[in-house]
Amino acid sequence: MLKTILKDDHGGQLLLSLLLVVGFTIPALNLLVPQGHFLHVETYTITLLGKYLTYALLALAVDLVWGYLGILSLGHGAFFALGGYAMGMYLMRQIGDRGVYGDPVLPDFMVFLNWKELPWFWHGFDMFWFACLMVVLVPGVLAWGFGSLAFRSRVSGVYLSIMTQAMTFALMLAFFRNEMGFGGNNGLTDFKDLLGFSLQSDSTRIALFVASVVALIAGYLICRAVISSRLGKIAVATRDAESRVRFIGYNVDQFKLWIFVLSAVLAGIAGALYVPQVGIINPGEFAPLNSIEIVVWVALGGRATLFGAIVGALLINYAKSWFTIEFPEVWLFALGSLFVLATLFLPKGITGLFSDSLFVKSSRKEAAL
Amino acid sequence: MTTIPQQLSPEKLDQSQLAPEAKLTQWLPAQFRKSVGHFVRRDQVFDFLKPQHHPLLDTRHNILLYLEGVTKSFDGFKAIDDLNLYIKEGELRCIIGPNGAGKTTMMDIITGKTRPDEGQVWLGSNINLQKMDEAEIANAGVGRKFQKPTVFECLSVWHNLELAMAGERSVWRVFRASLNGEQRDELDRVLSLIGLQNHAALLAGNLSHGQKQWLEIGMLLMQKTKLLLVDEPVAGMTHQEMDRTADLLTSLAGDHSVVVVEHDMDFVRSIASTVSVLHQGHMLAEGSMSEIQSDPRVKDVYLGES
Repeated sequence: MLKTILKDDHGGQLLLSLLLVVGFTIPALNLLVPQGHFLHVETYTITLLGKYLTYALLALAVDLVWGYLGILSLGHGAFFALGGYAMGMYLMRQIGDRGVYGDPVLPDFMVFLNWKELPWFWHGFDMFWFACLMVVLVPGVLAWGFGSLAFRSRVSGVYLSIMTQAMTFALMLAFFRNEMGFGGNNGLTDFKDLLGFSLQSDSTRIALFVASVVALIAGYLICRAVISSRLGKIAVATRDAESRVRFIGYNVDQFKLWIFVLSAVLAGIAGALYVPQVGIINPGEFAPLNSIEIVVWVALGGRATLFGAIVGALLINYAKSWFTIEFPEVWLFALGSLFVLATLFLPKGITGLFSDSLFVKSSRKEAAL
Repeated sequence: MTTIPQQLSPEKLDQSQLAPEAKLTQWLPAQFRKSVGHFVRRDQVFDFLKPQHHPLLDTRHNILLYLEGVTKSFDGFKAIDDLNLYIKEGELRCIIGPNGAGKTTMMDIITGKTRPDEGQVWLGSNINLQKMDEAEIANAGVGRKFQKPTVFECLSVWHNLELAMAGERSVWRVFRASLNGEQRDELDRVLSLIGLQNHAALLAGNLSHGQKQWLEIGMLLMQKTKLLLVDEPVAGMTHQEMDRTADLLTSLAGDHSVVVVEHDMDFVRSIASTVSVLHQGHMLAEGSMSEIQSDPRVKDVYLGES
């Protein structure tokens, strides 16, 4: 199974091996190497890396729909944030009576707003399995509803992109409202523990990092399985000649819809892993600009390669961290010029720089049956 | 012993002849009576329970495609005007006509891309194409080749044919699908039929113009179509390629009905079949090439000009 999925995907093989190595060595360097040694990795760094990995999973989700299906989604930040909110609600319920106001059931912001009862949609989030289900279900159902309406009416291209922007913008405005019951402006924060393990402890942070590595590897394999199957070929065919696919008898809307839903679910899972590592989720995550940034990661890394999206997300976010510490005011200009330069000189992204023989399977070999 | 009603009064007769639903819906406003009455009939199942189209195509009358009284106008311009067309099973039919005669609109109507304003479009005598979308029509056995060759350029020739192959069409099944030996043989057969057996692994985008056209015809064959609609197959082809295409199309007729829309008169002559002349949205003449050429009306609108 694994063999057929990763056959001819040299970039993916390399990337997955690297991820496996990193997943083992980084925690080892933190736990086994004494503090102060030059090989010691700070827990802070591990959490930062974990955050990058969740971004990489998000970029992977965007590449699946943009690179292979040709749907330029400028709203994947919304699915990411929804997954994050579902996890955040669980973490809020876990605080229990340790909040500032000490209410055993109500989160702090509700006490502050003088609410007497838990809103109906907060029920169930005290159970981890329920929160996990919602992490998958909420982005999935939203993507299904949005997608089935949009694809059935044959909205495509730039119009679809604008609609996805509008979707995430509308959600941002909604989540900013206190009446929505998601903490309004401040969002959800001040988390204490996850499954009984303190979020501040090193071991929990390492576990979350490892979970992010595992999720990214699993996500990559799932996307790869889709792409290497006949379904993936139909996706590429739809991207290039949609009406032809219709006329050979495929219901294109359904194919678009289910790949879009899969992508949204992956984004939701990424969000759920992101929130416990950064310790906060607020409506700012829905900002339209965030979703555009994801697309920039994918474009810079290399579209329609899957591993390119991961490389792009990791590199740009590392650059972002570095720039915002060293030259905070330069970052946005740097990102903008990076995007312009990449579009002009690297149409295949960073991974496209490397020789095609290394990464992209040769077409002649591919169909050698 | 049963009593036989001797004489029914006019009212009584009226009552007894009313359909059973009429009694139930008498209290309704007149405009709803018919539509609601439809649902309460005990002797019929609901419309949505009836199969929309028969799995088996009914061509007992030896006619595969019926277009009757089809009209379609765009912003007042009648692209198709009361068009009648019947395609027999296994027939090779050429449709000619000057630019703007409605050839492409006719193809659009048959394949479900455009809905006619009036008229009937049936495949066989039991499949109503007007109630189906593009994908359903394609699965019912209508294949279409576009004017501009449209193949999947990022996929290999082999995968182009694999996607077109009749069979799995639902998302999950397609995800799980793989080729079995029989299907591989079928693929190989079509590959050699369209003369691309040595290019199976080549990306379709790297094929020559003529090869793309053949690949597209090959894809229609993989679909197991009964009716092939071929739009200008030889546009931009060399003479050798044209001859090969003529051979290919004539060899397909018989097993399939083939409708060829073409501008090139030499090509139409070379595949020698029934020719229909379309002019301003309706059929001007129908017959063999020589009949058509001697028809003064046709000369007027088409051949005279070319």
